[in-house]
Amino acid sequence: MIARVLTTGVIAGLVAGLAVAALQHFTTTPLILAAEVYETAQHAHEGVDAGPAFSGLSRTAATSVATIAVSIGYALILLAAMLLSGDRIAPRRAALWGAGAFAATGLATSLGLAPQLPGMAETDLAARQIWWLATAASTGVGLFALLRLGSTAANIAGVALIVAPQFFAPHPATPESMAPAELAARFAASSLAVQAISWALAGALAGLVWRLLSHEKEAS
Amino acid sequence: MNAKSFANSAALAPSKVEALKAAAVALVLGFGLVWLAGFAYPESAHDAAHDTRHALSFPCH
Repeated sequence: MIARVLTTGVIAGLVAGLAVAALQHFTTTPLILAAEVYETAQHAHEGVDAGPAFSGLSRTAATSVATIAVSIGYALILLAAMLLSGDRIAPRRAALWGAGAFAATGLATSLGLAPQLPGMAETDLAARQIWWLATAASTGVGLFALLRLGSTAANIAGVALIVAPQFFAPHPATPESMAPAELAARFAASSLAVQAISWALAGALAGLVWRLLSHEKEAS
Repeated sequence: MNAKSFANSAALAPSKVEALKAAAVALVLGFGLVWLAGFAYPESAHDAAHDTRHALSFPCH
C-alpha cells in the first residue's frame, strides 16, 4: 500500500509538474523577468547590487525541478487526504479534492496576501509564511467540515474556520514597487490560474495512476 | 446482522491500518516536499525555487 501510494504520487507529480513548469514558462515567468528589470533599476538607483542567482537555461531547469517537487507534494497530500477520509481514489474525485485544496491554499491566502511580483513592497517573511500556512490549514479544515460533515454545528464551525484567519491577515506594506500595475494584475491572475491547474492536474493524474496501478495489482 | 457487520469491520481492520500508515507517510513526504520548495530558508533552496514560489503564490521575497 505504501509503495503504491508513493509510486502514484511520484508519477502523477512528475507528469503534472512538467506540464505546470511548461505553463509557467509561458505565463508567470515572463512577468517575473519583466518585473525584475524594474527591480534591478530600482536597486541600481538605491545603490544596491542584487541580481538573480540563476539565469537562462539553468534558471528554467531549477524552476522546473522546484515545480515538480511541489506537484509531487500536492499529489501525495491529496492521496493522503482521500485515504484518511475513506474516499475512493478516482480521477474526478481527486481533481475535486484538488479544487478544495486550491480554495484553501490559493483563494483564501490570496485574500490576505495577493500573489507578488519580485520587487514589490513586503512585510516580514516569517510572519507572512505563518499566516499563509495557518490560513490554508484552517480553510481546508473548514471546507471539509462544511462539505463533508454537514451537521449544523459543523457548518457553523466550518464558516468560522474559513472566515477567522482573514481577520489576522498581515498588514499590507506601503507600496514601493516600480513595476506597472498592469504587470502586477496580470501576474496575480496568472499565478492563481497556474496554482489551480497544479492542484487539479496533480489530483486528476493521481487518481488516474492509482486506478492503473490498482488494476495491474488485481490482474497479477 | 450486527454480528455480520462486526465481522466485516474486523476483517477490514488490517487494510484500514495499512491505509492509515500509507496516508501518514504520504502526508509527511508531501508536506516535506512543499516545505522544501515553497518555504525553506536556505539560500540555495530559495534561489532555485524562486520563480516557482512566486508563480504558485507562496510567500517569498
